[in-house]
Amino acid sequence: MDTGVFAGADPMTAQVTADPWVPIRRLALLTFGLLWVFAATGFLVIDVSAQVAGTLKLLSASVLLILLVNEVTDRLGWSRRWLVIAVPMLWLLVFFLVPFIVLGRISLAEPMIARPPYSPLWDWGRDGALQIIASLDNFRFLLSDALYRNAYLSSIKVAGISTVFALLAGYPIAYYIARSPEPRRSVLLLLVILPFWTSFLLRVYAWIGFLRRDGVINNVLTWAGVIDEPLVMMQTDFAVYIGIVYTYLPFMILPLYANLVKLDDALLEAAGDLGASPTVTFLTVTLPLSMPGIIAGSMLVFIPAIGEYVIPALLGGPDTLMIGRVLWDEFFSSRDWPVASAVAIVMLVLVVLPIMWLQSVQNREASQ
Amino acid sequence: MTRRGWFLPVLAALGFVFLYAPILSLVVFSFNESRLVTVWGGFSTRWYGELLQDGQMLGAAWISLKVGAISATIATVIGTLAAFVLTRFARFRGKMVLTGMVTAPLVMPEVITGLSLLLLFVAMETSLGWPAGRGLTTVIIAHATFCAAYVTVIAQSRLRDMDVSLEEAARDLGAGPVRVFFDITLPVIAPALISGWLLAFTLSLDDLVIASFVSGPGASTLPMVIFSKVRLGVSPDVNALASIMIGIVALAVVVAWILLRRQTRPTR
Repeated sequence: MDTGVFAGADPMTAQVTADPWVPIRRLALLTFGLLWVFAATGFLVIDVSAQVAGTLKLLSASVLLILLVNEVTDRLGWSRRWLVIAVPMLWLLVFFLVPFIVLGRISLAEPMIARPPYSPLWDWGRDGALQIIASLDNFRFLLSDALYRNAYLSSIKVAGISTVFALLAGYPIAYYIARSPEPRRSVLLLLVILPFWTSFLLRVYAWIGFLRRDGVINNVLTWAGVIDEPLVMMQTDFAVYIGIVYTYLPFMILPLYANLVKLDDALLEAAGDLGASPTVTFLTVTLPLSMPGIIAGSMLVFIPAIGEYVIPALLGGPDTLMIGRVLWDEFFSSRDWPVASAVAIVMLVLVVLPIMWLQSVQNREASQ
Repeated sequence: MTRRGWFLPVLAALGFVFLYAPILSLVVFSFNESRLVTVWGGFSTRWYGELLQDGQMLGAAWISLKVGAISATIATVIGTLAAFVLTRFARFRGKMVLTGMVTAPLVMPEVITGLSLLLLFVAMETSLGWPAGRGLTTVIIAHATFCAAYVTVIAQSRLRDMDVSLEEAARDLGAGPVRVFFDITLPVIAPALISGWLLAFTLSLDDLVIASFVSGPGASTLPMVIFSKVRLGVSPDVNALASIMIGIVALAVVVAWILLRRQTRPTR
């Protein structure tokens, strides 16, 4: 794919494959180079705010960098393949993977009254010897304190129950959409995705107005004469289940739909012809075949729900114990960074298995 | 479709009611005259007027829009490159790592992402001197990182569906790989990238947890301001704000949907 080597070696081919963009690129290189020099030295920049100057500098520097790299690789005839790989790779390594290493290292540190509030990894002791400060004390503390154990268990319970409810609510919708004729199917699919695009925080907030003592549900039920006393729904675990099911329902429906839409009608007809009732057909044909969709949807709800903070904070009561909330309080209220990191590491261990399961299911689906 | 009675449509209809009733009631009550959010006191646009006078809210909204636009742009560039690399390049070292790094952020609990990024920024500040303190820059980097994963998923599915023979033809006619990408691939996947950008923008506009961890003084985003308000109870001006945001998002999604549909029809 790369003709650069030949182009450099043979003047004839170089002429044939000459890129008409080369002079334009050189001109741009010169322009942005000058622009960067001006912006960096403040020369010729008349009365612009510091912010504009800063933006200009950054912009010209990045364009300059791209053009320079382009020019250098062009001259040397290198493949630019690794450059394309390097950009997303480096970004994600630095800002997604390395943070976990930092997290792990700080979970081994001790809290200190300092900036930042944790002990350094290594230190010169009083006698001048190098000391490495790392201990498992934070993890021992997590194990010994019932609060954390209960928080983990209760998070798994809340996430698990919510996932089951989301599956029960999502499956009929996904099945109905998958069985719908085309124009209606796209519209229904859009209707499922639409709430996902609107603010998550505001959707949770909307339920406060629904579940409150003088909220919509209680008003309607009282008006209809179903209840005399308003139901207490806010600040209960029930409200948290509702909130999680509501906000994560699209994540359940979409993978289920993607799976169910591939279901072959002939299989259902064959089961029917052989005398199976619709219920038996569903249980023995549709349900087993949709298993990958069920697993993917359930994991997409279960994993983020474990660490959920906003929903228990807004809809749950003071005794709704969830690990995301514990971590938040440990960090923002107690300001104990090492313990918060240890809580996060244990949570990470908890979600790694479901994540790997999800990935293997998705890889199998993709390769089919 | 086999006719199987009323059971399934009714269940599906109930599901859609469940999805839309809270949003609709939010919009209806934003036009409520009464301060008591759940008691109807007549039609009024009073809360929209009060919203426009709320300096703190407007300032936060401006910050959120800025963060959203910049981080969505960065996320789109990174996500497109990642998707391109994963779908078009044969085996290379680290492909598995890259695959993992673009799927994991989709499900990673936000508190973990937020905390670990904050710790990274603090560690970088003490050892490298950059970023100096926390603020807009750190929020933008954090948002770009988790939004890039979503853009990758969208771009990846479009790149897979796209007819590869178009690219091969261009290459056979002598176009270099960079030229093929900009002249053939990019225009074909552009609608997917637009919807990816829009998704990244709304995700950034929406994020509370990660922003709360990595933000600093003077860089409170809109969700942070809303959250501190909502924690104290339901307030009618938040209803008005929610309605405006829902309206904008609904419009944007419908436009993106029409664009995508128009694009996918001829090539399929």
